[in-house]
Amino acid sequence: MSAVDSISPPVTLSPSADELAPPLTFRQMAWRRFRRHRMAMFGSITLILLFIYAFGGGMIYTAERANFTDTSQRLSPPSPEHPFGTDTVGRDVLARTIQGGRVSLMIGLTAAILEIIIGVLIGAAAGFFGGVTDSLLMRFTEAMLIIPALFLLIVMARLVGGNVYFIILILGLTSWMYVARIVRAEFLSLKENEFVLAARSIGTPTREIIFRHILPNSMAPIVVAATLAVATAILAEAYISFLGMGVQPPTATWGNMLDGSYNYIESAPWLWIFPGLLILLTVLSINFVGDGLRDALDPRSRNI
Amino acid sequence: MSALMTPATKHDQPDKRPILLDVKNLEVCFHTPEGTVYAVNNISYQVREGEVLAVVGESGCGKSVSMMALLGLIPKPPGDIAGGQAFFMDRDLLPMSEEELASIRGGEIAMVFQDPMTSLNPVLSVRRQMTESLLRHYDMTGEQAEKRAIELMELVGIPDPERRLGDYPHQFSGGMRQRVMIAMMLACNPSLLIADEPTTALDVTIQAQIIELMVRMREHLGLALIWITHDLGVVAGLAERVIVMYAGMIVEEADVDNLFENPQHPYTLALLGALPRVDRRRDSRLKSIPGAPPNLLIAPRGCPFAPRCEYTFDRCREERPPLFSISAGQHSACWIDLATGKPRER
Repeated sequence: MSAVDSISPPVTLSPSADELAPPLTFRQMAWRRFRRHRMAMFGSITLILLFIYAFGGGMIYTAERANFTDTSQRLSPPSPEHPFGTDTVGRDVLARTIQGGRVSLMIGLTAAILEIIIGVLIGAAAGFFGGVTDSLLMRFTEAMLIIPALFLLIVMARLVGGNVYFIILILGLTSWMYVARIVRAEFLSLKENEFVLAARSIGTPTREIIFRHILPNSMAPIVVAATLAVATAILAEAYISFLGMGVQPPTATWGNMLDGSYNYIESAPWLWIFPGLLILLTVLSINFVGDGLRDALDPRSRNI
Repeated sequence: MSALMTPATKHDQPDKRPILLDVKNLEVCFHTPEGTVYAVNNISYQVREGEVLAVVGESGCGKSVSMMALLGLIPKPPGDIAGGQAFFMDRDLLPMSEEELASIRGGEIAMVFQDPMTSLNPVLSVRRQMTESLLRHYDMTGEQAEKRAIELMELVGIPDPERRLGDYPHQFSGGMRQRVMIAMMLACNPSLLIADEPTTALDVTIQAQIIELMVRMREHLGLALIWITHDLGVVAGLAERVIVMYAGMIVEEADVDNLFENPQHPYTLALLGALPRVDRRRDSRLKSIPGAPPNLLIAPRGCPFAPRCEYTFDRCREERPPLFSISAGQHSACWIDLATGKPRER
C-alpha cells in the first residue's frame, strides 16, 4: 500500500513503551474498583464459601442422609454427632441445611435468570420499538407491579403446588417488572446513539441491533439487577415455603426448614438459627456484591 | 429537461458516466405533535458513477434527512416519505422493504456519520464491528473476514492493524475512529458512499487527513461520493458538483467551479461571503447571513430565503421560485437573475 504512506499516519508508541503501561480496559478498571470495595469482597468470599458449603458439602451429606429419620433422636440439641442438632422427626439439621442450601441457591439462581430473560425481552421490546408496543408492554408491567407480590406468589403457589420447578417459574414470572423498566430506560437512551444508526446503515437487522449492539451497552445495570434478583428470589422462596406453600418436604429448602421450626422458637432454637443465619448471610452477601458491582460498573465513576 | 440536467464535467465535456442514483421529487416530512415539519421539499438530483457530489447548507436544512430517507434510516413514525422516487441502479429505494434495504445498506450504499466518537459501539471490539458487514453481505468465514478487515484498516492508514483489531473504540483517537468507520463502510465495496459531515467533529489537521483519505479511496475504488457538509472550503477541494440546500429545497445546483466563480443564488452568494478566504484582505470582515433558517413547521408561501435575502422583491414573498436552468448543469431557484439584476419569468 504505497498510497497509504502519503498520508503520514500519526506516530505510534513503540511496542515496548506500550507494554510497559498497557491501557486498562473497562473490565480491568471495573475489577480494580470492585476489589477496593471491602463489603463487596467480603460478600463475594462469603458467597463462594456458601456455595462450597452447599454443593461441596452435599457430596458428604447426601440427600438420603438429609432425609434419614431417626425418631429416637428427635429434637436433640447440637452435639458432636449432629453439629446443628436434629429436627422434629430426628433428621440431621446440618445435612438438611446443606441439601436445602442446594435447592435454595438453585432456586435463587434459576429464578433470577428467568426473571432477567423476561425482563430484558419485555424491556428491550418496549424501549426499542416505542410507540404502541411500549405503551402496551409498560401498562402490562405496571399492572403486574400493583399486584402485591407476596399475595400473587401465594396464590400462584397454591394453584400449582409445591414442585420446585413451578416455584422457580412463579418467582420468575412475578418479579421481572423492575428489570423490564431498567432495560427499557437503557434502551430508550441507547437507541438514539449514532452507533445504532451506523449499524443500521451497514445493514444490521433489528434483532442483532437489539441483542448485539444495544444490549451489551446496558449490561452494567442488568448485572446489578440480576445479582439483587438472586437475593430477592431466595427470600421470596423462603416466604412462601415458610407459609407452607412453597417447596414441599421432604425436599429441604432453607425456607421450609423455618416453617417446621415455628413451634419450637424457644425450645429448639437450633431449628431456625442455622437456616435463618444461612439465608441472612446469603442475602446480605449478594446485596453487598450487587452494591460493589453497581459502583464498579458505573461508567461515570472516575476512581480506578 | 433531461438535456438541461446533464451536468458538465470540469472540462465542459458532457458527462458520459452512467447515472447511479436518480432522485426525483423527494419529499420527507415529520408528523410531530406541533404539526407537520416539511423537512425535504420536492428535491431532485442525480449522481453518476464515480462522481463526487457535495450537499451544502446550514444546519437543519434537510441535508442529512434527505440522504437518510434514501436508506430508510429515518424513524417512521414520526418520519414520512411523502413522495418521490429514488432510483439506485434502476431500482426504486423508497418502496423497498426493510429486508431489501438492509441488503443494500452497507453492501451497495454505505454511510459515514458525523461523530466518530459515538458512531462506533463502545462495548464491541473493532474486530467485531469490522467483520460484521463482511459476514452479513458475503459468504465469508470468520478468518477470511478478519483478513479482509486487516487489509481495510491498512488501506485507510491505521498503523499496526493486526494488533489494533482486538482493541475497543475508546483506545482509538477521533481521527483513527473515523478511519475505522470509513474502513467499515468500505468493507463491502459500495458503489455509493454517503458521508454525513464526516470531518465536522475532528480538528483541522485530522480533517485534512480524512478528506485526503476519502479522495484517495474514491480514486482507488471508483465509488461515487455524496459529501454532506456546511464547509464550503471542503467542497472546493473535493467536489465535482454541488447542491446547495435551504429549508429542505435545492436552491442551487452547479459544477464546483461555476458555484465559486459564478454563484446564481443569493443564498450561495451569502454562504460564500461568510467563508474565510486566504485571498481576501485581512481587514475585511466576514459577512454573516442575518436571521435564521425558517421554521419548517410552516410551509412558506414564497421563497423560503426571502426574509433574509437582500434581493427580495414582491414576487419572492408571493410565489416560490422554480429551479431555473442557468446553463448546462447550473440551476438556481431565484426570481432574480443575479448576472443582470433583472427578474426572471417563469
